[in-house]
Amino acid sequence: MSKRIDVKDLNVYYGDFLAVEDVSINIEAKSVTAFIGPSGCGKSTFLRTLNRMHEVLPGARVEGEVLMDGDNLYGPGVDPVTVRSQIGMVFQRPNPFPTMSIRDNVLAGVKLNNKKISKGEADVLVESSLRSANLWNEVKDRLEKPGSGLSGGQQQRLCIARAIAVEPQVILMDEPCSALDPISTLAIEDLINDLKDQYTVVIVTHNMQQAARVSEKTAFFNIAGTGKPGKLIEYGNTQTIFNNPAVKATEDYVSGRFG
Amino acid sequence: MTATPLSSSQGAGRAGDKIFSGAALAAGCLILAVLFGVALFLVVQAIPALTAPAAEIQGGEGFFAYIWPIVIGTLIAAVIALVIATPVAIGVALFISHFAPRGLAAGLGYVVDLLAAIPSVVYGAWGAAFLAKEISPAYNWLAGNMGWLPIFQGPASATGKTILTAGIVLSVMVLPIITSLSREIFLQTPKLHEEAALALGATRWEMIKMSVLPFARPGIISAVMLGLGRALGETMAVALVLSSGALTASLITSGNQTIAAEIALNFPEASGLKVSTLIAAGLVLFVITLGVNMIARWIITRHKEFSGAN
Repeated sequence: MSKRIDVKDLNVYYGDFLAVEDVSINIEAKSVTAFIGPSGCGKSTFLRTLNRMHEVLPGARVEGEVLMDGDNLYGPGVDPVTVRSQIGMVFQRPNPFPTMSIRDNVLAGVKLNNKKISKGEADVLVESSLRSANLWNEVKDRLEKPGSGLSGGQQQRLCIARAIAVEPQVILMDEPCSALDPISTLAIEDLINDLKDQYTVVIVTHNMQQAARVSEKTAFFNIAGTGKPGKLIEYGNTQTIFNNPAVKATEDYVSGRFG
Repeated sequence: MTATPLSSSQGAGRAGDKIFSGAALAAGCLILAVLFGVALFLVVQAIPALTAPAAEIQGGEGFFAYIWPIVIGTLIAAVIALVIATPVAIGVALFISHFAPRGLAAGLGYVVDLLAAIPSVVYGAWGAAFLAKEISPAYNWLAGNMGWLPIFQGPASATGKTILTAGIVLSVMVLPIITSLSREIFLQTPKLHEEAALALGATRWEMIKMSVLPFARPGIISAVMLGLGRALGETMAVALVLSSGALTASLITSGNQTIAAEIALNFPEASGLKVSTLIAAGLVLFVITLGVNMIARWIITRHKEFSGAN
């Protein structure tokens, strides 16, 4: 239930502006891959091209190929809606649907894809998804209450439960802990560790310790200056990137000497 | 370094604060005073009509017998207007906010706002001189094919000057209000919630159902209520379009009357108790509008827990 992603020569544009230039990267199945780099270097933008969320913005487009187990996500006739139902996403700020209960939030994606789900099946799915997101014990007595009543960290885990309820191939996380306190962050990191047994996880983070703690491979993105496109500078095992990087810029960044 | 005593207040900033809060308080009180003044005027002036012997009121059967047919007529016209205008307005607003290309959206929004700038007498003239004539064949068809429904019972009006025509004209008039307000609310939907739906594999319409409409629901209700306020109170268009008469169930024959049009048509020549009767009718309209708004508030607050405000 997880697939690998291979990106070939991807250029990402906002209108005429080239935001990310010429990225090629191979992301392993059932692993955690972290994207690090200074603000504005295009790592979030690049992440959003992996489930075709980038093109939601007017004028945004890409050139190149993103292959999920060999199938080009940008091939002719590929429906972005189908792509997104197979590649889940967790955002920087928790965004449960405020008008839905906790239970309905978990089922939101499932109801889109498979309208007829019996109450029994739904109950099982809600429990298993919330268990996988380490949230079940905290919310099992208030499933009918609004998701917006939870704490920030709980809301973010609810969003993760919502993403895994549709059984995606890949889960993308865009700075999932940047709005959370250290304890909630730890809970999410533990969860990421569990998720990689079943899913391919790609995480963007500003927190280098976090990248070091959770990921097996790390990609460092950088930007030459304002208005210049972001580039993938170095990609390798997390150990190597943090302890023995090949590129000077990577070493400067991970040792905190700039950015 | 000299310590500033905590009790001392800094001159200029303090004064500005006081002036501003005073001005805000005054504005708030003024609204209440105006509302209270209008209500008081209506009640005082209406008392003679409410206490007069039944035989002296127009129609000779008392104020209640006089007022209730035109209350029903007012509500019918307003409901027709909203039933037609609300779905169209929401559709247009969604098209402008989420579907149309940016250039077209701006132009279309401008045109819709322009509709609100047309004086109501022009709508009335258009309804009476053009729409009524053009639509009467449709009324004949309705009478012939749907006549078993009481609301479409024949014979249809030959001139087309019916409560349904008036309702259609009203719907065009309230359309821009509901559209502009809904559009503004739709545009305010947090991007985060829209993206949450899209990232789950929602199509654009599913995204609108999951994020935009639930978020906008209180705003849509407010917009509809503002439209309803205009439809209830609209005078000129109804006075010109409707060939009024006694209360009838059929929407496609002449007949029915609304409170606002009744007041406008009779006020210039009224005197004595008749004036008082018309003002009492105005009081009833005031109470209806107030009641409608309170119901709307109640609907909005009923789902507060799930509104996303917390």
